[in-house]
Amino acid sequence: MTTTEVTPTHASLPLTGPRLPQWAPALVGLLAVCAAGLLAMLLGWGIVAFAFLAALLFVVALPLWSVSVEGSRGAVDRLTTSLIWVAFAGAAIPLLWLIWTVLSKGLPAINAAFLTYDMRNVVGDDQGGIYHAIMGTLIITGIAALISVPIGLFCAIYLVEYGKGTRLARWITFLVDVMTGIPSIVAGLFALALFVLIFGPQIRFGFGGSVALSLLMIPVVVRSTEEMLRLVPDDLREASYALGVPKWRTITKVVLPTSLGGIITGVMLAVARVIGETAPLLVIAGKTDSVNLNPFSERMTTLPVYIYYSVTQPGTVPFDAPPGAEAPGIERAWGAALVLIVIVMALNLIARLVGRIFAVKKG
Amino acid sequence: MTTTHETEPEVSPPSQRGDRIFAGLAKSAGLVILAALAAVFIFLAVEGIPGVNQPAETYAPLSSFLPYVGRLLFGTVFAALIALVIAVPFALGIALFISHYAPRVLAAPVAYVVDLLAAVPSVVFGLWGARALAPQLVSVQAWLGEHLGFIPFFAGPASVTGKTVLTAGVVLAIMILPIITAISREIFAQTPRLHEEAALALGATRWEMIRYAVFPYARSGIVSAVMLGLGRALGETMAVALVLSASPVVTLNMISNTNPATIASNIASSFAEATPAKLSVLIATGLVLFAFTFAVNFAARAVVARSERKFSR
Repeated sequence: MTTTEVTPTHASLPLTGPRLPQWAPALVGLLAVCAAGLLAMLLGWGIVAFAFLAALLFVVALPLWSVSVEGSRGAVDRLTTSLIWVAFAGAAIPLLWLIWTVLSKGLPAINAAFLTYDMRNVVGDDQGGIYHAIMGTLIITGIAALISVPIGLFCAIYLVEYGKGTRLARWITFLVDVMTGIPSIVAGLFALALFVLIFGPQIRFGFGGSVALSLLMIPVVVRSTEEMLRLVPDDLREASYALGVPKWRTITKVVLPTSLGGIITGVMLAVARVIGETAPLLVIAGKTDSVNLNPFSERMTTLPVYIYYSVTQPGTVPFDAPPGAEAPGIERAWGAALVLIVIVMALNLIARLVGRIFAVKKG
Repeated sequence: MTTTHETEPEVSPPSQRGDRIFAGLAKSAGLVILAALAAVFIFLAVEGIPGVNQPAETYAPLSSFLPYVGRLLFGTVFAALIALVIAVPFALGIALFISHYAPRVLAAPVAYVVDLLAAVPSVVFGLWGARALAPQLVSVQAWLGEHLGFIPFFAGPASVTGKTVLTAGVVLAIMILPIITAISREIFAQTPRLHEEAALALGATRWEMIRYAVFPYARSGIVSAVMLGLGRALGETMAVALVLSASPVVTLNMISNTNPATIASNIASSFAEATPAKLSVLIATGLVLFAFTFAVNFAARAVVARSERKFSR
């Protein structure tokens, strides 16, 4: 503020304009929360209305203060800054809420029996379990990975090592990108249409689910592998060629080992993406209450499908249950949802760890 | 490895053969992908085209294919647009937050958390939306119906369960938030540093710098990110199927008990008790959905490809 005291004889413009103090946003935020809290308490509003009002007060008050001190341009800047902070806070809420809900409702449902029983002959609120669904998920996703990893890997090798710049490679790259946007239920319908044509209209089996999932998984594997292969420095390849090593030996002995960590990360992230898919498996793998370990015959339940059916057919609340109790299917659904999230998050974390440990060494 | 015991005068023809085999394998893997994409079209068409011409009762509550799929398509686009309207401002805000506004210590964790949001399975989102979010939105929707009822979107009467297309749109918005954020964040971060610094040096505020240096650079990227989010919202099944009990209707009312079904949710909910005739109808609607999302994704990728060429020059 001292710059405004320049003597008028110089008639020079000040080099800095007046600014709000650094603690201004914090002060306004505090005041907004207090004012909104007071109003909410007086009028008996819920937490949603309170948060909304507090955010609104903050977004309005800070630019108003700013426009009186800093002028309109500064005020617009303040306004957008606070809007962006509010957007960030607003988006953090659903994630925290979701995780909290799944944890608080899922944990009570989980015990040793829940993880080791199946749902055969389970009536009402008998102890049921998700063993069959866990096994189904692992088998179907495992086979999907077995199908898509070789195809995806070789396709990426073609794109980076052999087909670079050709018209075919450009088309494949483009269509792989488009393929990442295939709706998952369409993948399921494709598998259904394919196997209905071969085996007749009543066909439902786990392998079909694997085929549908690989359709969703291959583009993810191709994209991540391609990126990793591009990271391998050309010096390494050229050094290998210079020693007389043929191209395919260079790829298997030099390029792939160098980028192994990244490839594994990409594959695990792809698995984590398809392991939570519901729609295709609902269509082609079907639902059963018993353990089925054979992917080539009979229906096979997976965790997401189990959750879906537990919610849509929850059973009835037992008559001797405490008031407010939920139907047994809903409780099991929360438990299964927690198990599923834990699996997905574990895959994600391990994938990132692997990626960090085996990161391509530059230079 | 290369210590061969036989001494051959010629220079390693076997390795040439290995190279040809390997190249062939790689190329055929690429062709398999093209074939798979074509197969999706072909098999859906083979099984689905009979579904266009079935007895009238198969299309209950309607009587022929075109109105049936038309109404479902309306529901699909409607729910996806609600999701976009909610998600895009938040997604762009978070992307800007990560790339330009956040303190260094906060930016990386926030980006990571948004990625985690993308990893949550859709069925869990659906479960959460139906059991946790919907009851909380009842009062909001009642308020909207009471005070903004003159707008056709909020004509009401407000649902007492909260399981409306608005709720489904909110869940969809949360699900497509990560993809829009991730893509636009990358594009914002690619803005040439010199453009930004030049803007700041001319005395621009941070917002003016973003408006005049970052946005023009990122415009096509934002468009394609939004279209990719749209593609995902169009095809999303579980979140809608679990939140809504829907029927093929055309209504702009977002908060009542009568909700338009989407193609994907309609397939999921009427699949279990479908007769073969109904099944072919459902596959035909799936083909329509595929063609529609394919077109949206194709357009989005084409926009990206064009802008990439423009900037690489």
